[in-house]
Amino acid sequence: MRGPINFIIGSVRLVLRGGKAYYAWMAFLLALILWGGIAYVDQLRHGLIMTGMRDQVSWAFYIGNFTFLVGVAAAAVLLVIPAYVYSWKPIKEVAIFGELLAISAIVMCLLFVTVDIGRPERFWHLLPLVGALNVPASLLAWDVLVLNGYLVLNVVIVVYLLYTAFNKQPYNKNFVVPLILLSIPAAISIHTVTAFVYNGLAARPFWNASILAPRFIASAFCSGPAILLILFQILQRTTSIRLQDEAIWKIAELMAYAMFFNLFLFGAEIFKEYYSNTYHLSHTRYLYSGLHGHTALVPYAWASFFCSVVAFLLFLIPSTRKNIVTLNLGCLLIYSGVYIEKGLALVIPGMTPDVLGEIYEYTPTLTEIRIGAAIFSIGFLIFTVLCKIAIPIIQGEYSVDSLKS
Amino acid sequence: MESTSLVVLLLVFAAIGFGVLVYAVTKGSHYKQGETLRVAHAPKDYPEIEWNVELLPGLEKPAKEGEAETFSVPSPPFSEDVFPCSDCHEDMDPNPERRVLEMAHEEIVLDHGPKSRWCFDCHNLEDRDKLRLVSGSLVDFKESYKLCGQCHGTIYRDWREGIHGRRRGYWNGHKSYLLCAHCHNPHKPRFKPLKPLAPPIRPSSQHFTEPSAEQTSKSEGGHS
Amino acid sequence: MSQDYAGKAPAPRVPCDVAHKGAADGGLNRREFLAGAGLTAMSAIATTVAGAAPGFIESMLRRHFKELSPDEVQERLRLLEEEYSSRFGKKVTVAATPPMENVLFGYALDLSRCIGCRRCVYACVHENNQSRDPQIHWIRVLEMAKERGIDLEEADPYYDHDTVPQEDSFYMPVACQQCRNPPCTRVCPVQATWQEPDGIVVIDYDWCIGCRYCMAACPYGARHFNWGNPQIPAAGLNTDMHVLGNRPRVAGVVEKCTFCIQRVRKGRYPACVEICPVGARKFGNLLDENSELRYLMREKRVFVLKEDLNTQPKFYYFYAT
Repeated sequence: MRGPINFIIGSVRLVLRGGKAYYAWMAFLLALILWGGIAYVDQLRHGLIMTGMRDQVSWAFYIGNFTFLVGVAAAAVLLVIPAYVYSWKPIKEVAIFGELLAISAIVMCLLFVTVDIGRPERFWHLLPLVGALNVPASLLAWDVLVLNGYLVLNVVIVVYLLYTAFNKQPYNKNFVVPLILLSIPAAISIHTVTAFVYNGLAARPFWNASILAPRFIASAFCSGPAILLILFQILQRTTSIRLQDEAIWKIAELMAYAMFFNLFLFGAEIFKEYYSNTYHLSHTRYLYSGLHGHTALVPYAWASFFCSVVAFLLFLIPSTRKNIVTLNLGCLLIYSGVYIEKGLALVIPGMTPDVLGEIYEYTPTLTEIRIGAAIFSIGFLIFTVLCKIAIPIIQGEYSVDSLKS
Repeated sequence: MESTSLVVLLLVFAAIGFGVLVYAVTKGSHYKQGETLRVAHAPKDYPEIEWNVELLPGLEKPAKEGEAETFSVPSPPFSEDVFPCSDCHEDMDPNPERRVLEMAHEEIVLDHGPKSRWCFDCHNLEDRDKLRLVSGSLVDFKESYKLCGQCHGTIYRDWREGIHGRRRGYWNGHKSYLLCAHCHNPHKPRFKPLKPLAPPIRPSSQHFTEPSAEQTSKSEGGHS
Repeated sequence: MSQDYAGKAPAPRVPCDVAHKGAADGGLNRREFLAGAGLTAMSAIATTVAGAAPGFIESMLRRHFKELSPDEVQERLRLLEEEYSSRFGKKVTVAATPPMENVLFGYALDLSRCIGCRRCVYACVHENNQSRDPQIHWIRVLEMAKERGIDLEEADPYYDHDTVPQEDSFYMPVACQQCRNPPCTRVCPVQATWQEPDGIVVIDYDWCIGCRYCMAACPYGARHFNWGNPQIPAAGLNTDMHVLGNRPRVAGVVEKCTFCIQRVRKGRYPACVEICPVGARKFGNLLDENSELRYLMREKRVFVLKEDLNTQPKFYYFYAT
């Protein structure tokens, strides 16, 4: 029984110790969480009318962020696959951070869904056995299952690895390797099922294209590692973690492939829509050129396209890929590009014009922005705390012995 | 140097993102204050419309098992105090000539089919309390549909089957129907245009409003 | 037709016909036990968190309508009647009238007659206790140009003329199409919406979590969400209610047309049929060959909206002339 207790005590001590910058960062996040939390209380009181969503556009900012973050969570596999399947050393030591990121992202996903539903206190209806989870018919029910499954899987892997490292025990390969291998299809499945949530709706031609799931996966493989690359550099500055350049370049190279694939699938979709020119085109036209004078999304759509293309070029050319400044620029560009693509340009045009042809130009309200900010802060907070615990333990700087001294 | 560039980049992107958010929220259609046109119309704004449709006597209950369906019809829509026609026409000599109508009938504008049409194509010259078919047989005003059906055969058939015109009551039992003349003025049968009720509120105007005190007391069970 | 329907109907764990319900089986008891244990703990937490609104906990723990025994249904109806009667200060009746045998409801609308006067929209609001503000309309009347025909992208639901019909326009009211193959019920993650044996797609307002997936799935914009707390003036309340139909809703749940389930299961025509000044709306039993509906399907040509989506609506449009 000593082991788990020591681990918990050790973790708490690790979280509590830190410099001024650490505490300032945590205070900043907590302030944002409070600010958004108040907005959420307001939303609970008055209903989702506090948001910009209406019957015409009934999913928007929250679900867009949810979709984007599922991609971030899924992208952890890009690091896990080479690290464990090919035992590629330089990436192996960073793979665990992919899993930490996945945990944070999934928590954010679940929070974004929670704030989006009208009766959150009835969440128990979604629980198997107790509630009435509609499997296999409802893709949303599947999504609930795979997201929670993925969360549990990653938590188990991370906690187990950290726990054994902390207690200076060798980890049981027969236990952990199958789990890690399982997390690869699980990661693919969360994003595939999330794509199917949209994909299966014949009522919404913008989503009802079978290219949607591959596009989801491709874009996730661009944005997820982009975030990781940025985070690694921050970690390198602020912690004892050191990363070989070789690993960064390898990840960047993999991202370049993903970006190419993403652009290719995008082009295929655009061709089909514009060339066949059916009434289904109206959604794409609303997005890229506006419809009947409604052009709210047009600048975002082109910004996203521009970001993706420039980032692809930066990652394609070896000299810019290996230059840290242009690499960072590329990461931020692809992150922005995919964020717009998934957060705005997927959900909103799918519902504009609505099923009866009405155009309602959705824009988020301050309530949505505040709640979104709070959820992202919670995600950052979780990631910070997890890193705070994981890094010293993984680096061997902190273990059960440290408690004794 | 490397980390400086990252910090600069992060700041630039954060600034752009923040700017876009501020723009999106302020430009959004939801925070226009003082929007005066926003009126959520409700049934109570139309007191002249009978929202609880009253059924004709005898239709209050569905038909019992095996009971034949009955069809009720309200009495024909005469102008006030004109029926029976014989009250006035008894003492008058019948005049079949086409002329400008006077006295009780001066409001009648005949706009029904060809110009050659005249009163006695439908009304009976001798017995004014009856209508007259082309065959010469007389029908009651309560059966005016037989007269209309002479020309409007397909519509007559649809009406008999309940496809044309209004029915009220029970889809599986007693119902009421209307005569042609209830909706169509026989002298000018084109359906009169109506003022449409208010359009729905546009979604952009469907923003949050503090409920009035009266409404609040009614909605406290909002979570029940 | 009925066979087709039976094949697609969600298999209820307990038959919907409350009058013929048997005792719950063993599986249900286990579930109930699990639910009970978990929910007691949750309610304790919720009490401390919510603290407020009496009845909140009770409402949170309400069970799925289809899992209630006949006695529990009666108890539920009584509680609802009490709640609404006291809230609105007038006597309210809430029924759970079961579907009739050999009845499959269908609807038809004569596009050559409709003049776009919107009487149906407000009669529906009145009959079905829709929220007045925020405003919810189950029927959306589209004005379209005669020259273009049915072109939804050019349709205008916000027309506001002095008189209708306008010379160059025709009008197309759209509400729930009561599909035989409804995409909305399939996608619900918690089985809060389903198709009844008489073909009416209903929602359990006590079970809906408000995720709005059904709204994304509906090709007809028929489902509406209570974005705010619904407001119904006591004077305008329709006190004749059905538990799956027009009883007052709460914020955060989805609602939709039920063919006036509280009326049609007692034999009455839906409110929109009776209010229509031009008699454009027709209603009846699709399984009865002598019904108005079957007659017009034989004698007129009907079409359904977006038939390419294979939703197989039971709401038909036709042109009588």
